[in-house]
Amino acid sequence: MSDTIKTDVLIIGAGPIGLFAVFELGLLDIKAHLVDILDKVGGQCAELYPEKPIYDIPAVPFITGHGLVEALMQQIKPFNPTFHLGEMVTTLEKIGDPLFRVTTDRGKVFETKAVAIAAGGGSFQPKRPPIPGIEPYEGKSVHYAVRKMDAFRDKRLLIVGGGDSALDWTLNLQPIAKRVTLVHRRDEFRGAPDSVNKMRALVAAGSMDLKIGQVSGLEGGDGQLTAASIKGNDGAVARVEIDAMLPFFGLTMKLGPVADWGLTLEDELIPVDTGTFETTVPGLFAIGDINTYPGKLKLILSGFHEAALMAQKVYHYVYPDKRLVFQYTTSSTSLQKKLGVA
Amino acid sequence: MSDVQDLSRSSQSNAKMAKITFVEHDGTKHAVEGEVGSTVMETALRNQIGGIVAECGGACTCATCLVHVDEAWSEKVGKPSAEEEDMLDFAFEVKPTSRLSCQIKVTEALDGLIVHTPAYQGR
Repeated sequence: MSDTIKTDVLIIGAGPIGLFAVFELGLLDIKAHLVDILDKVGGQCAELYPEKPIYDIPAVPFITGHGLVEALMQQIKPFNPTFHLGEMVTTLEKIGDPLFRVTTDRGKVFETKAVAIAAGGGSFQPKRPPIPGIEPYEGKSVHYAVRKMDAFRDKRLLIVGGGDSALDWTLNLQPIAKRVTLVHRRDEFRGAPDSVNKMRALVAAGSMDLKIGQVSGLEGGDGQLTAASIKGNDGAVARVEIDAMLPFFGLTMKLGPVADWGLTLEDELIPVDTGTFETTVPGLFAIGDINTYPGKLKLILSGFHEAALMAQKVYHYVYPDKRLVFQYTTSSTSLQKKLGVA
Repeated sequence: MSDVQDLSRSSQSNAKMAKITFVEHDGTKHAVEGEVGSTVMETALRNQIGGIVAECGGACTCATCLVHVDEAWSEKVGKPSAEEEDMLDFAFEVKPTSRLSCQIKVTEALDGLIVHTPAYQGR
């Protein structure tokens, strides 16, 4: 367990709204740390539509998801936020007035005066294949991520998928596993061509197996897989003896641990006050797609507005004895100094 | 009021429509009108068809709007693009006639189209 990280605000989610919140908070001298389950910033803009155009950002007639994230990163650079990527916030506990203790699945502990939940549609989590009876094996012999390669040493592995995750883990685990079988629904792979070539060379050398088809059934007991059935595109079923299965079918959004933080949710959304975007818990805020209020629109521009108003309320928690004077970036030399332009 | 109704009727009759039938995995059928030029996914969402999630909103990046095109219509609907074929790798129980419904444009030629929605979109 690492030392406790102390900050003014912890932002959960590094999508466009979490990023812009850094800007609005920074103008008010409020320091932020951000945690995101993805290994990159940008949230849905980065994961779901990096190359797709967005047409409704005010004064920006056209920008891609990737372009928007790049621009936001440039905009918040003066405020030097700290990112904790590839981590999921798991627990959130109120320990002061307001003060929160927040922990992540990687064992980090934060103490923060305010928390901004900017988690969009929830956390991106691996898609679970609808194979009948898969549940008891999950976490025991079915794994959606590799945290420790050594856990798969000398095991018979079934890796499922055709993208970079499936190919990378096939190549990384093949030398230490007893046997690797890769299953994909077609004999074409969208992963990096170099990885595809390496995989095909291993298959040609007899060092691993490639099967074209879809996993149709599992065998085993007490969470331990012993075999899987693979249905080929011709309908023929093959049986492979295995110790573990690693399915890689991309990510989907799930609400995740937010549901356990004592908030009353409406349709998996967090109700907020529309003057401050604070939840029913003082110091705990929700901005962007994850909140709800009368008239809510799930638009990036709405989230930007919500971040600005939230920052005003957060200021009173971080600097309870100071009076907040409203200023414009166009004319305030103090704001311009913070932005590094004065 | 009658003026308003007339207006809405005339604006609807201007838009060309095609009949699309969604068959859910339990056999429930929904026959709806899809606007020519929109997508089959958008038509499903507008009509609250069960089994279509469309998490990414039509960007061909999530594979949660999978449909199995009825055999009789498969040829008319056509094959997926390379980009869509790549995304189909993220879907489950993919069949030779499977498509992502956000990538099927409603056309007059598809009037009468039948698609089947899966039990599970991978969430």
